[in-house]
Amino acid sequence: MQRPVKLDCRGVWKVYGPNPAEFMQAYDGAPSDSDLTHAGMIGAVRDANVQIRDGEIFVIMGLSGSGKSTLVRCLSRLIDATAGQINFEDNDLLAMSEKELIDLRRTKMGMVFQQFALLPHLTVLQNTAFPLDVQGVDRKTREVRAREMVELVGLQGREDYFPRQLSGGQQQRVGIARSLVTEPDLWFLDEPFSALDPLIRREMQDEFLRLQALLHKTIVFITHDFDEAIRLADRIAVMKDGRIVQTATPEELILNPADEYVEEFTRHIPRAKVMRLISVMTKGVPEGDYAGDLDGDLSVETAVDQIEAADKPFRVLDEAGKPVGTINAQTVIDVLIGRRLT
Amino acid sequence: MRVVRYITQPTRMFWLGLLLITWVLSSYSFSLYKALGARWIIKFPKKWEMPLADTISEAMKWLVEDASFGLFTFREFTRFISSIIEWPYQVVRSSLIEGFSTGQGQQAVEIAPALSWIAIIVVLVALARYAKDWRLASLVGLCFLYLAVFGQWESAMITLASILIAVPLGVAGGLTLGILSYRSALVERLLRPILDLMQTVPVFAYLVPILFLFGFGPVSALVATMIYAMPPMVRVSTVALQTVPAEVIEAGTMAGCTQHQMLWKVLIPTTMPTLMVGVNQVIMLSLNMVIIASMIGAGGLGYDVLTSLRRLDIGGGVEAGMAIVVMAIALDRLSQAFAKKTQDDLPKSGLSFVRRHPWLMTVGMIVVGLWLVGLLVPSLQSYPEGATLTTSTFWTETMKWINVNFFDIFEAIKTFFLTYLMIPIKRFFVGIPWVWGIIAISLAAWRVGGWKLGLMAGFMALFIASNGLWGKAMITVYLCGVSVLIASVIGIPLGVWAGQNERVNTVVGAFIDTLQTLPSFVYLIPVIMLFRVGDFSAMIAVVLYALAPAVRYAAHGIREVPSQMIEAGKVSGCTSWQMLWRIKLPMATPSLLLGLNQTIMLALSMLVITALVGTRDLGQEVYIALTKANTGRGVIAGLSVAFIAIIADRIISAMAQASRERLGLK
Repeated sequence: MQRPVKLDCRGVWKVYGPNPAEFMQAYDGAPSDSDLTHAGMIGAVRDANVQIRDGEIFVIMGLSGSGKSTLVRCLSRLIDATAGQINFEDNDLLAMSEKELIDLRRTKMGMVFQQFALLPHLTVLQNTAFPLDVQGVDRKTREVRAREMVELVGLQGREDYFPRQLSGGQQQRVGIARSLVTEPDLWFLDEPFSALDPLIRREMQDEFLRLQALLHKTIVFITHDFDEAIRLADRIAVMKDGRIVQTATPEELILNPADEYVEEFTRHIPRAKVMRLISVMTKGVPEGDYAGDLDGDLSVETAVDQIEAADKPFRVLDEAGKPVGTINAQTVIDVLIGRRLT
Repeated sequence: MRVVRYITQPTRMFWLGLLLITWVLSSYSFSLYKALGARWIIKFPKKWEMPLADTISEAMKWLVEDASFGLFTFREFTRFISSIIEWPYQVVRSSLIEGFSTGQGQQAVEIAPALSWIAIIVVLVALARYAKDWRLASLVGLCFLYLAVFGQWESAMITLASILIAVPLGVAGGLTLGILSYRSALVERLLRPILDLMQTVPVFAYLVPILFLFGFGPVSALVATMIYAMPPMVRVSTVALQTVPAEVIEAGTMAGCTQHQMLWKVLIPTTMPTLMVGVNQVIMLSLNMVIIASMIGAGGLGYDVLTSLRRLDIGGGVEAGMAIVVMAIALDRLSQAFAKKTQDDLPKSGLSFVRRHPWLMTVGMIVVGLWLVGLLVPSLQSYPEGATLTTSTFWTETMKWINVNFFDIFEAIKTFFLTYLMIPIKRFFVGIPWVWGIIAISLAAWRVGGWKLGLMAGFMALFIASNGLWGKAMITVYLCGVSVLIASVIGIPLGVWAGQNERVNTVVGAFIDTLQTLPSFVYLIPVIMLFRVGDFSAMIAVVLYALAPAVRYAAHGIREVPSQMIEAGKVSGCTSWQMLWRIKLPMATPSLLLGLNQTIMLALSMLVITALVGTRDLGQEVYIALTKANTGRGVIAGLSVAFIAIIADRIISAMAQASRERLGLK
């Protein structure tokens, strides 16, 4: 049932300071936080374990300085991890030579950056075609391919514009087109929408979901915005001070936050949107009169009008269509006002 | 009471005390020496002097005559380098002015003529149009037409040929070093002091060693020009590469760039606008060297200026000087336009090469056409001699007239400044006993920048004294000090004014731009004509040359005051005068200090050149070494000037840094 793991990262450390490798060895590869402070080292990423599955949107969430950007750079080997094991499609990423890495990035990886990182001297089309250009693809082929991508992100007609002539949202569309032009399997997005205005940010999130529905990439998405994480993620890893505090689906995070830190984030999340009926229902289906049946995968928000309008509870069905629980107006209100579920 | 409190702050006590002791010692050092019979007080003892100058001269001699790398000797090595430089230079020179020929002297047979003057102007105009617009094109066209009409064409083309070789070599060399120091922190650390020296040692000082290595001629001149013009390119390219956003580099890496692709497809194109600023600097510095380089065989316009100055032929000097200025303006604006050029026109894909580049084709056809016609009609090659104009006599006559009618006024101004400002300051500096001088400099440097800086300043001052150059160094400090003082008194208010008023800014900006475009040597011409030789003339020339940064940095500092501060001032009810004194000027202090720093650097570099108008400072020492071809003496004096510059630079930079931290600007 579960999809295969695409990117497997175990016990990854990134430590800054003098002689980090020696330091890690001295503490058997597992220094405590006080060891780090004592030695004057900075543990940007501490013992990170992440399994990213084929075709999922995996969001790494954390405030600034939590190490999320460092972690994603370790995963793409833009920087070398101090310790740990990273496997990409069962190949040891950390053991790859420079040449193998270049090859891997040219065919299997794409990345989108917070400040867009477009090349100022190239047009939209040339920027999009850039990864193909460095591979030595001839001009005709790469421009045809780039044109398709530009169209995919909705920038047709602006192929010959320079980045400075575009708005922030449009620039990031180019960044997305560029990262997808080589048809990568693994797609890194490092806070792609953080530099945009709130309205544009929403629009770009929709655009992102539309693209993913078309392309089914394996995605590692970095953000500091919990709402964004909830909105986009299949699974979320919450980071704090270099450590991953919890890895779970949005719903699990809200239902069972691992600690107060995570709970603090979930407090202001519109629960009705995230929670599915199946996770808020009262278990068991006693005999009685019901207003009807509802699919357990529905979010509370979509079902709320129906439940409220009826004076009797509904039965909730599981994936197989079997009734497994009941839900009534009182439960829905509890969810809506964020009353603690017992 | 307020005065007492003001003075008795510990910081002020230190500086006032230092000044007071220095002043007392300076005033009475001579009496002290007479009374005690201790001559060492005012003069560094001869027998303690280091024989460094002789050692350097010997080493140079050994290098040129005996040094060998086994397979080849040092001399063969320099010959090899000079042939590499000479060959392209000859090609450019032949195609611009002399034409290609075989055979020697009388038997020379011309194979192909040089480009016609019309063709050269057409190419330059087309370049200007391509870089910007028709206005720039006509400016460049007029500038070069001026050269033809006023009979300077031939010299100008020789100068242009050396620029065309020196600039690409300087840019390529500078970029290479810049890339190396970007890639390796070690290289950057090694390169920094070398660049500091290259920029502060006066040019004259390394003319002699270059002469020894490469002989009198254009190659030596080109080498000297490159050494002089390269450092800013190294710095600009290092900084430009370092400021490429990390994300852009990561984007390149994720696209799968190799190291080579990263450099040529990501780093260099992204930094191109900044690199072009460096190229512009190289061009301007190369032009600045034109006259000095002609002392070791460059020929061209610089040689014309130099010979006119030596003959005191004012008219000729002004004409050739104007030609350099005109060329400098044209090349400056042209290269600036290229630096600012942004490609806004959409690339027309799908057309043939000829259709895509109509301009290139037209210009190419004109050049080839004119060249073919020139084969048949040689008279088209060069501007008709009968149609040249000369202003030489006009300038000579005007000068005569001014000197006859206004002699008294000029003399009065000169005497006033000398009596009330320059001579007292000179007495002060020259009177300082060398022992106290070294101590005072170390103390000042220690106070501002810590014990490391103090130690460095002390050693540098000791180096100057122990080579018997203390007296001359003090004259340099005095001349530099007076000039910087006057430049600041004129420049800072001008800059403050320009910083607050857009209209004034346009006018002052244009004036300063023009001043900066002029090669340093050119300033000497009018000054000598009006005030003849001496310290006063030197001071005026230095002030003119060093004015620009004082104005620029002041205007910049005032303009950069955050608008919130100004609004806060307005809300508190400041008058515009209070606004200036209480908010804008304090906030602009770091910028003003940096301006002061730059003013001192420019003043020192100009000061050496003013040795030609008879100052008795280190510049004169360098110049004497040049005329006597004494390597050691020149290098030591040059290093002394560089050390003065470095001490001043470090002290003022430390002060600027401290004041920036105090203001929380960082």
